[in-house]
Amino acid sequence: MQDKPYTRREFIRHLSLAALTGLSIPLLSSCGKEQVEDFLQKHFLEMTRQEKEALITRLEERYLKKYGRRFKVSTQEAIPDTLWGYGLDLSRCIGCRRCVYACVEENNSSRRNPQSQWIRVIRLKKGSLINLEDSEHYYNPEQVPEKGFLYIPVQCQHCEEPPCVKVCPVHATWKEPDGLVVVDYNWCIGCRYCIAACPYRGRTFNWAEPSVPSDKWNTSVHYLGNRPRMRNIVDKCTFCIQRVRMGRYPACVEVCPTGSRKFGNLLDPQSEIRYVIENKRTFRLKEDLRTEPKFYYFFEA
Amino acid sequence: MQAFRETVRETWRFYRKTLALVFTGTKEYYLWCLLLLCIMLIGFLCYLPQFQTGLITTNMKDQVVWGLYISNFTFLVGVAAAAVLLVVPAYIYQFGPIKEIVVLGELFAASSIMMALLFVMADLGRVDRFWHMFPGIGTMNFPSSLLAWDVIVLNIYLMLNLVIPVYLLVKTYYGKEPNKKFIVPLILFSIPMAVGIHTVTAFLYNGLPARPFWNASILAPRFLASAFCSGPAIIIIAFQILREYTFIKLEDRALFKIAELMAYAMFLNLFFLMSEMFKEYYSNTIYIASLKYLYEGLHGHNALVPWIWVGTLMNLIAFILFLFPVARERLSTLNIGCILIIAGVWIEKGPGLVIPGFVPDPLGEIYEYIPNFRELFISFGIWATGFLIFTLLMKVAIPIASGEFSHAKYMEERPPSGSKKQALL
Repeated sequence: MQDKPYTRREFIRHLSLAALTGLSIPLLSSCGKEQVEDFLQKHFLEMTRQEKEALITRLEERYLKKYGRRFKVSTQEAIPDTLWGYGLDLSRCIGCRRCVYACVEENNSSRRNPQSQWIRVIRLKKGSLINLEDSEHYYNPEQVPEKGFLYIPVQCQHCEEPPCVKVCPVHATWKEPDGLVVVDYNWCIGCRYCIAACPYRGRTFNWAEPSVPSDKWNTSVHYLGNRPRMRNIVDKCTFCIQRVRMGRYPACVEVCPTGSRKFGNLLDPQSEIRYVIENKRTFRLKEDLRTEPKFYYFFEA
Repeated sequence: MQAFRETVRETWRFYRKTLALVFTGTKEYYLWCLLLLCIMLIGFLCYLPQFQTGLITTNMKDQVVWGLYISNFTFLVGVAAAAVLLVVPAYIYQFGPIKEIVVLGELFAASSIMMALLFVMADLGRVDRFWHMFPGIGTMNFPSSLLAWDVIVLNIYLMLNLVIPVYLLVKTYYGKEPNKKFIVPLILFSIPMAVGIHTVTAFLYNGLPARPFWNASILAPRFLASAFCSGPAIIIIAFQILREYTFIKLEDRALFKIAELMAYAMFLNLFFLMSEMFKEYYSNTIYIASLKYLYEGLHGHNALVPWIWVGTLMNLIAFILFLFPVARERLSTLNIGCILIIAGVWIEKGPGLVIPGFVPDPLGEIYEYIPNFRELFISFGIWATGFLIFTLLMKVAIPIASGEFSHAKYMEERPPSGSKKQALL
């Protein structure tokens, strides 16, 4: 984004913000500089390049002070001509939940109080696939896979018509040019309407400040992805935006021991995901809701 | 310039006098206000940890993300919308007995809206970022998000229900005729707005295909029908209490008329419920799960079942009571009916509507949500705030309406010392 001239809209905004700040002086004087900076922070998409750079420096300093670790916060934009798509082979998935835990570690999700996971693996009796009411979320056998069951990992499906984006009252969540549905954690007001609107349980709420052991932080983060979150805001799977925009696979794809997880660019005819769509019998969850997920489930022919 | 200064001075004098009115009262009045302030304080003290630590201090979870706060919000929007049931007979059909209390009814609606908005604030994770929703400085997602719509219509309705009664009361205070060209359009506009706030709130739930329980076309009609029962029920009780303690003029005929309208509304409410029941149970698809959870329990989880049956039964009994003029035109049975309706509709439109939408969740998990004590006390605190607002508004509005507090009286008591000009308003 390049610099824009000072518009009237911006002037009104600054004036109103100044007035708001003035009104809240007694409140703000009791807070630190950080709270003031946070309070006045703009929407990510409305920031200029310079503002983004200043923000990143500020965040990196703050994380160093707060967590004692040197973070690298990226704002890497979408790669042109890319539309990320995901494939999941249900005949291979053994329900081991390694993806769940790899995701938690990669994405700095809260470990305990609250425990927050972006992937949920549900277990269904063989013979049934659509009625999720019969799903078991907390299966815990000695060994997986179990006879007579199949496992469906579910995470954000990165819909082309995302209902969560539609309902957000403040545009705090949106679809990026490469199809990733992301959240500006500093803009979210915590109303949780998007969670109510999501048919896949693709979103989680930070019911408290996330707790991550200090030696467990993944310091390679993206502003719209796995950077440390704050309390009372919504976050979600971003297909590991910090990885895929650098040419790497999402953590869940990398960790899967059975190779059930496939990932690639839907616009590239040579990609793995295109191969899956053309050669396997794929389906998407709850297609009847017309959310157009970019997450394809399939069975080995 | 001189005239302007005099107006400002008189306005200031009026404010001072209303403040004096609010701060002086009987022992009962002080005790009542003190009680409300105590409940508010407890609520606020319960809110502080929620604000500092996060919503983890409530019983809500990722499976059930809205709980007691949003339940109360939904119920109160309905209560507020019900002022229209006074406005229509009073202003459109010129029904005298109701006309005398309609101003108070509008202030009642304003208090309800303020409570509803406070409940949203209590539920909001980041109250500090609320300004992100303001048009102009924030990024309001209008017209796409129904929540943005709701914020707009609720605020317009709140403004209407403050401007109309305050204008009429100020005019009465100075013994002037209100300007019909100014106030009648506003009153007429408040009628569709009343329907509007509740329709938009219904659509807020209705527009989510992820939640089949709410994704039923009958939702908005059911909202309106139940609102036209619960709001007037509270008004009937509140006005009888006011009649007991103040000089408010209120004929029983007005109450009976409202009760008659409530009987029609309750009939529609029960009929819509039956239509929904038939559709769900006769089709018996997988989308019945939430309704089953509510009315008979699902896979052994049945926290809401006793509540909803008691609520439905209350509505049914109240309907039968209000059906017969003998019953609804006797204050004792009328009041029993009203209390049954308030409780019944609160269960049905509050927790009975919000919680089953999340049970089972979209991946079939069942988490049984029951509010904890913090949520309860914060809710009591907000209710007390609303009661206090309403009490204070009444403390000023009733003496004005009854002619006991007026400019003429003030001038009599204390003639202006040497001033040439008197009130200009």
